[in-house]
Amino acid sequence: MRTLPEPFAGWFAARGWTPRPHQLALLEAAGRGEHVLLLAPTGGGKTLAGFLPSLVDLAAAPREGLHTLYVSPLKALAVDIARNLTLPVEQMGLPIRIETRTGDTPVNRRARQRERPPQMLLTTPESLTLLLSLPDAPEMFAGLAAIIVDEAHALAGTKRGDQLALCMARLGTLAPGARRVGLSATVAHPGPLRAWLSPTARPEDVRLVETKGGAAPVFDLQLPEGRLPWGGHMGLASAPEILARIEGARVTIVFVNTRAQAELVFAALWRLNEAALPIGMHHGSLEIGLRRKVEAAMAEGRLRAVVATASLDLGIDWGDVDQVIQVGAPKGVSRLLQRVGRANHRMDEPSRAVLVPANRFEVVECVAATEAVEAGELDGEPPRPGGLDVLAQHVLAMACSAPFLPDALYAEVTRAGPYAALSRRDFDDVVRFVEDGGYALQAYERFRKLFRDAEGMLHVRDARIARQLRMNLGTIVETPMLKVRLKGGGVVGEVEEWFVSTLEAGDCFLFGGQVLRYERLEPAAVIVSRGGEGEPRVPVYAGARMPLTTHLAARVRAILSDPRRWEHLPEPVREWLRLQRLRSELPPRDGLLVETFPRGGKWFLVAYTFEGRLAHQTLGMLVTKRMERRGLGPLGYVGTDYVFTAWSAFEPTDIEDLFAEDILGDEMEEWLAESSMLRRTFRNVATIAGLIEKNHPGQEKSGRQMTMNSDLVYDVLRRHQPDHILLRATRAEAAQGLTDVARIAALLARVKGRIRHRVLDRVSPLAVPALIEEGREWVAGGAEDALLAEAAALVDEATDGAEHFAEVLAEVTEQVPVRGTSVAREKRRSKWRRAAPRMVTG
Amino acid sequence: MGAAPVHLAGERLMLDPAGVLHWPARRLLCVADLHLEKGSSFAARGRLLPPYDTRETLARLLPLLRRYRPERVVFLGDSFHDDDGAARLPAAERGALAQALAGVEAVWVAGNHDPSPPSCLPGLAMEELAEGPLVFRHVPQARAAGEVAGHLHPKAMAPTRAGGVVRPCFVADGRRLVLPAFGAFTGGLDVADPAVASLFPRGARVFLLGAERLFSFPMAARRAGAAVQVTKEGGGSKGEFPPPWPSITR
Repeated sequence: MRTLPEPFAGWFAARGWTPRPHQLALLEAAGRGEHVLLLAPTGGGKTLAGFLPSLVDLAAAPREGLHTLYVSPLKALAVDIARNLTLPVEQMGLPIRIETRTGDTPVNRRARQRERPPQMLLTTPESLTLLLSLPDAPEMFAGLAAIIVDEAHALAGTKRGDQLALCMARLGTLAPGARRVGLSATVAHPGPLRAWLSPTARPEDVRLVETKGGAAPVFDLQLPEGRLPWGGHMGLASAPEILARIEGARVTIVFVNTRAQAELVFAALWRLNEAALPIGMHHGSLEIGLRRKVEAAMAEGRLRAVVATASLDLGIDWGDVDQVIQVGAPKGVSRLLQRVGRANHRMDEPSRAVLVPANRFEVVECVAATEAVEAGELDGEPPRPGGLDVLAQHVLAMACSAPFLPDALYAEVTRAGPYAALSRRDFDDVVRFVEDGGYALQAYERFRKLFRDAEGMLHVRDARIARQLRMNLGTIVETPMLKVRLKGGGVVGEVEEWFVSTLEAGDCFLFGGQVLRYERLEPAAVIVSRGGEGEPRVPVYAGARMPLTTHLAARVRAILSDPRRWEHLPEPVREWLRLQRLRSELPPRDGLLVETFPRGGKWFLVAYTFEGRLAHQTLGMLVTKRMERRGLGPLGYVGTDYVFTAWSAFEPTDIEDLFAEDILGDEMEEWLAESSMLRRTFRNVATIAGLIEKNHPGQEKSGRQMTMNSDLVYDVLRRHQPDHILLRATRAEAAQGLTDVARIAALLARVKGRIRHRVLDRVSPLAVPALIEEGREWVAGGAEDALLAEAAALVDEATDGAEHFAEVLAEVTEQVPVRGTSVAREKRRSKWRRAAPRMVTG
Repeated sequence: MGAAPVHLAGERLMLDPAGVLHWPARRLLCVADLHLEKGSSFAARGRLLPPYDTRETLARLLPLLRRYRPERVVFLGDSFHDDDGAARLPAAERGALAQALAGVEAVWVAGNHDPSPPSCLPGLAMEELAEGPLVFRHVPQARAAGEVAGHLHPKAMAPTRAGGVVRPCFVADGRRLVLPAFGAFTGGLDVADPAVASLFPRGARVFLLGAERLFSFPMAARRAGAAVQVTKEGGGSKGEFPPPWPSITR
């Protein structure tokens, strides 16, 4: 095996370090000019392994110009790595400049980087796209020797991953000799990840280097004292136990699943924290300065615990963490392992982790996840084809850099893994969309963005188009956010605009660990003051909850259906399942249990499908559509990760018919027309593709909405050109990710002829959690008008024309939660608000 | 079919669930905020929105003209998304519109988006139209009586037992009527927004558009107490747990 050259050998020796085998393996592979994917658990010296060959190369043959490009999904990670790398480079006196390039890089440094690039540039996919859209990109990247992609598992399979793959394909054209190095956490199926990284889209062109994981993690299940909750996802009942665990360890990360949960858990801990242990909080909506303070305090060991969301998921080093607590269900085996890996950054000792399920189903899920970890099984979702919206943005970006021939660009993009199977028709339609909108009606000849010259080269029309592109680069579509500013003070973070729209002056909410009172709305900022009275609400954010992975869902199903596998379950859960067997029956492993029962003047239908929340939302839509056709008067439905529940005016019968495979036919078509999920998907697709403008935070809005409402565009386009490329992209995206149609199709096929229908006289034990689940979807369409009519009639009858009808209506109808109710149950005056836009924005 | 009567300055007006106003006594039809050619207006600025909005808007408007056979049609401003909109009308749509307006007196009230009279289309252009006790203008004025206006694109949320349902709406009190925006690409402004609510300090009725009929609800008067609540200091910072940042970062 190869050894380290000087001065590296000396530098390692001076620290008493020996190079790890995978670090040497990467050095060796680089010597042979190979592309490599390194799979290693957190704390394995992965990043250094990625950079070492470049450092060695530059130490042996110093040169000017860009040598190594490092791309990370997080700005903060790029900054962190730059810091960690600069130290050894200075200590060894290497002639290497290391700089970061992100959205935060000041203008003068950007200019300097273009004139005189550093040897090592650390950046993000968005900033890389921007660099590649510049006319001088060929000069800047011509001498590139290595591309390092960090946290590759977190990028591949997302739209940012699509974008980066396209950028790498362009770099493959500009610098054919550049080696690619992917750094990734352990994944179940490395094949797709290799293909994603590969310069040919073929996995075999990327060598796989895998390090064996250290000791297996040790899991503890922590239940709350007293009664085990039926529902809820917050896990607040376990706050005393969590605090006790924190007291018993040196440094703890308390991972939660959503930002709202972070606020609530943090508040619950501080309510009990009589010893005033230093406990902090970290989530993506807190003001960046506050986040940096917490990170610094954590790194310096001044905190005993930090309550964190996925914003702490990725590789940044947080110092000497010796305990990880996961509050709420883990939702996926790989995700759990990564979080657990944050404890004890040494590979040879087992990580200690505590799982704190919030309800009974989550107990089963936690047990299923630990069993999967013991069995060494990870969950991997199959790769999905690259988004056409991302391609549209890329095509325009490339046109901004230089004129192109469609044939050549097609050849280039199909070398990117996610686009290897892209059809020429789709490519041409995307190019046409970029050119003139791609409409059947030739209306925009004068407004084309690209024009073709005599040789068939496509040129961008003018500099304004390029400016517009750069303003809208990126694949993360933010829901409109507003800054939260203390009256006469600083900014503490941001909340979604729609949440603010549900507030009235004097209302209070929990944010950044304090109760804030809403004072007024200023352009682009919510003005608040500290304190306030009454039950605070908690801002919830769109797309906050991760769906349960297929693999974990299957394990949960297997445990539930087989009493012999209940031994690891705590007694209250076993009793719950025994009761279920008595009152109804256990959901079968492969068939489908459907229960119907009357309650509160409505009929409920509960299906134990275990396909994850996204699939259930789609299924709910399809089944209620069919119920509508059968005259059952469906009123609404809710999907949890485990079951889906619908309620209707009349008793559902002929269950086989409601779950027949052909609901994917007619009902599907009808649903596509109205689905709010499709609308949300279209909004993202249209924004990324550049049809509608990105929302720029802080941009002042005239009181009236002059931004284009994507719903209106969607309606008009659907009626007049249903096969438009963006509608095709929307359907394709919805079919895989957002709506999980494939999962539903597999389910319906699997349970055909194996549906067990139980008619009960009341709710069954397993159905209780679903009935108290929040976040219901309403059956739109015809039923909406009927409801409006009912409400109008009721109000007239009850008030005889009096005002304040909302309150009156709340009195005359029973207490049905309104759409989009926040996490904190609203016991206050009713507020009739529409559900938050739910998007997958991470 | 499904139209609802309201009274304004003693006149009986019919609100059509399609979002237009009919004044039977004067055989007058009024429609607000068509924003025709909004798609091409965006296209000129680099956003190539679907070019079908005019077609869609007219497909909804022309049947109404055929049904009501008015003597006069009042376009209540912002009929075109910008001042050049009329010039950009595709030939087919221009023809269809001209044909539908044949034998009808068209009144093009100026809007903030289209202050100039539309070219190549029949009819009169005016700043506002006074007709009997009523005045038709684009932007509602602070102290008006008998006013029919547009501009605001009002929409409202109605509570139902399944939660709020949002629809474009008419807003009316005894003195003023605001029409919903009719155009295919026109969004809405919630009636709770001060821009709308301040016009109706003593409350109003909203009429939400439905497929077959309107749904009428009272709109509450602006609450007098609200302002007091905002300025009232106190309650103090008695959060149940200490603000964490100073203690951990000092």
